[in-house]
Amino acid sequence: MPKQSPVPEELDKPFWEACNEGRLVIQHCKTCDTLQHPPKEACSKCESGENLEWREMSGRGKIYCYGVMYDSPVITLAVDQPFNVAVIQLEEDPGINMLSHLPGTPVDQVPVGANVQVEFETTPATGQKVPEWRVVG
Amino acid sequence: MPVETQMAPDSIYRSTEGLGVWEHKGKVAAVGIGISPTARRWDESTETSLGAWTILAIQNAIDDAGVSPDQVDGLVLTPETSTGSPWPTDKSIPEDFLKTYQSTDNPLDGIAQLSSEWILKNMPELTNIKFVMYAPVCMSNALVVAAQAVGDGLTNTCLVVRGWHNFGGRYYVGQGVTAGETISGPGKWSTMWGTVACYTTAMVFEAYCRKYGKNHDMMAPFVVNEKRNGLLLPEGYWAQHRPEPLTAEDYLSARWIAKPANLYDNDLPICVSAAFIFTTAERAKDMKQKPVYILNHARTLPASRGVVPTLDDWQDASDSTGRKLYEGAGIGPKDLSFENMYDGFTLFHQFHLEGLRFAGVQRGEALDFYQTDISIEGPNPVSPSGGNAGGGRTRFWLHVDSVQQLQGRAGARQITKKAEIGVSGAFMPDFSYSLIWSATPD
Repeated sequence: MPKQSPVPEELDKPFWEACNEGRLVIQHCKTCDTLQHPPKEACSKCESGENLEWREMSGRGKIYCYGVMYDSPVITLAVDQPFNVAVIQLEEDPGINMLSHLPGTPVDQVPVGANVQVEFETTPATGQKVPEWRVVG
Repeated sequence: MPVETQMAPDSIYRSTEGLGVWEHKGKVAAVGIGISPTARRWDESTETSLGAWTILAIQNAIDDAGVSPDQVDGLVLTPETSTGSPWPTDKSIPEDFLKTYQSTDNPLDGIAQLSSEWILKNMPELTNIKFVMYAPVCMSNALVVAAQAVGDGLTNTCLVVRGWHNFGGRYYVGQGVTAGETISGPGKWSTMWGTVACYTTAMVFEAYCRKYGKNHDMMAPFVVNEKRNGLLLPEGYWAQHRPEPLTAEDYLSARWIAKPANLYDNDLPICVSAAFIFTTAERAKDMKQKPVYILNHARTLPASRGVVPTLDDWQDASDSTGRKLYEGAGIGPKDLSFENMYDGFTLFHQFHLEGLRFAGVQRGEALDFYQTDISIEGPNPVSPSGGNAGGGRTRFWLHVDSVQQLQGRAGARQITKKAEIGVSGAFMPDFSYSLIWSATPD
């Protein structure tokens, strides 16, 4: 599905640059050893902004749950309705999640709990790559 | 000298457990309510503008309380008024509006936002305002802030105000970040995937049903009950403009928006304004209406570390809200005569209800509870206001009804059992501002 191209901003630029390199990185607070996503100026747990770094993830996760979009506000996606939007929990920390259209999975036939692997999809407007997830095994 | 408007500070909220009984329990009261008419969309006439209707709501609240404008010394306001429709950037402001009202630096003030400056400029009869505070996002926030401010002595007779505007166009569809081929800002983590506002609620509801073996059909009695109660709310949009009952068949056959959320799991954006008057329990004795006392208030903030909250996040947060409310009020679930927690989206109401353990309902039991008698005539009235689903998107019908129930002036919605203590709060299960209301101060 052709997504909008995300425009990197100062705070999240390392995330999007890593996507273009085929790597998934998540913001990590060295002070309290906590991952958080989306990235923030400071750690949402210990509130420290001094020791934030980017940590590379395995790219493995599980499907937590999902919904099926029938009336999306995003104009460029309207032609693809209905479509899945699943919540993916990362293997390293189920508290970190992100969304996925689950390419290759039929609409409303989402295997909740299944293992997924990240892949990187090129968006048409700018060529920026974004993380997507595919069911494996 | 104009009064400086402050943003509500963190210190004004009760956000953690273990704070004990609220120091102002029973010492602050709601004594007046004013509501404007409602409309589906603004017709661009001056007299139905956001500003005009907010002034009308304030005047109605002052009349309802039986005070004079110069006795009001505080204003707590939610400045945001959007239902999801921005004023078009290439469209000029109607000339008559600009001639009728005094403007501020923002030409959309009184049309697509409300500043304290706009209200005070255009209501010169409010001559005695000494305390002004913004409480963003939600009337529930404003009510919580005003309750604490009156208790703390920052204001004695305080207006609490929220307005909503709704222009043409579909709810966020093709507007702002959803319109382009690129996306900036926080929407790149969620909106980019095509999610609509109800998506998060829909997917957490899906997780809830999966965990507890429930299904969307079980929501029908709740949504039907919401609409029934809403049609008994004369201030509400549906009662005023479209008095159409909703059947379970209507609900179950409605089109999906973000499955498992359908059309009726979403509320209808409308134009409307509301104002409350809060004062001290002492001062309330001399006012026109029966005072409704505030026993406690609480705030809960999101703790999720991911893009979207999980079922655990919402259940933990709503449980915490329940514990905070009961602790500060010195009461328990059995003391509630009714609950009026938020419903806009309907699929999260059960989290609020379970967090409160209303009628003894535990985690995972609310949808079974919805199959019992939850009507205003029954032993456990659920959302007697009808909420957003029954009255249109305001996030304040729940509070309006709570006060009216305890004053005994809810009219056809008056619950059959004796109304002694109620609860109302909004908005999300993990991001809420709530109050416990009582017919008596202790």
